[in-house]
Amino acid sequence: MKKHFGLISQYAIGILFGWGLIISGMSNPQKIIGFLDLAGLWDPSLIFVMLGAILVGLGGFFIVSKRSEAFFGGALHIPTRRDISKPLIIGSLIFGAGWGIAGFCPGPVLVALGAGHLKALVFIIAMLAGMEICERFFSAHKSGPTQV
Amino acid sequence: MQIDWISFTPVPSLLGGMILGVAAALFVLLHGRILGVSGIISGLLHPQAGDSAWRLSLVLGLVSAPFLAALFLGIYPVIEIESDWLAIGIAGLLVGFGAQYGSGCTSGHGICGLSRLSPRSLVATLAFMTAGFITVFVLRHLIGVLG
Repeated sequence: MKKHFGLISQYAIGILFGWGLIISGMSNPQKIIGFLDLAGLWDPSLIFVMLGAILVGLGGFFIVSKRSEAFFGGALHIPTRRDISKPLIIGSLIFGAGWGIAGFCPGPVLVALGAGHLKALVFIIAMLAGMEICERFFSAHKSGPTQV
Repeated sequence: MQIDWISFTPVPSLLGGMILGVAAALFVLLHGRILGVSGIISGLLHPQAGDSAWRLSLVLGLVSAPFLAALFLGIYPVIEIESDWLAIGIAGLLVGFGAQYGSGCTSGHGICGLSRLSPRSLVATLAFMTAGFITVFVLRHLIGVLG
């Protein structure tokens, strides 16, 4: 029972996050490219997305920092690393290049899939392949959500 | 620098951003996890026992978001994809590899990481933004593809 409640909550949070992407305009690749195109007609909207998200997020993560477990029970999986490593920088640069090519990142592309875009499906398959290549051939670097 | 006043949407973007913040805050407060979409997806590639259902729930929520937005909010998302199939494939590979190698993406580093004042996430966000600016400049203004 409790487990199902958790899954429903996670599903609802996924919907909410998707709605945030849709309302903010982040789910539109052309809007992302409009932000990244400093030399053309520049759309600064993404700055407002980040501002809104971080203003609220700061409060949430401040409360979490005072707690020892999640409200629904269970441990907190909060990253603890603080080292500025080479994979962090190189990986993020490669990520940014891909982001600039198509205007898609992992969250918005799932929304685009749900909206029925076949190109989103192709992007996701390629993205999974990219992740798998990293895991197979660069596995000295342990990754995962607890190491953000 | 010229501002694109027609495309500029400060109010919906700020509001949508705050919703992203609420979702990320709820996820860590209720479930104790970082809402980083790339990490959540990549954890499905080599599933550990009992570690897949919550990931799938969140992914399904994101996928059903546009349908439910149309149904309950009357909002139809604008999604314009101008890249051709080859560009989509290359971009997907780079995004997947880069997010895995760099331990995060726009949500994990950009939203959650900056919200918890992580120095690693600040460096990652500056790196992927810079790479994005340079990539679009090269593709659009030096080579002349990408609309």
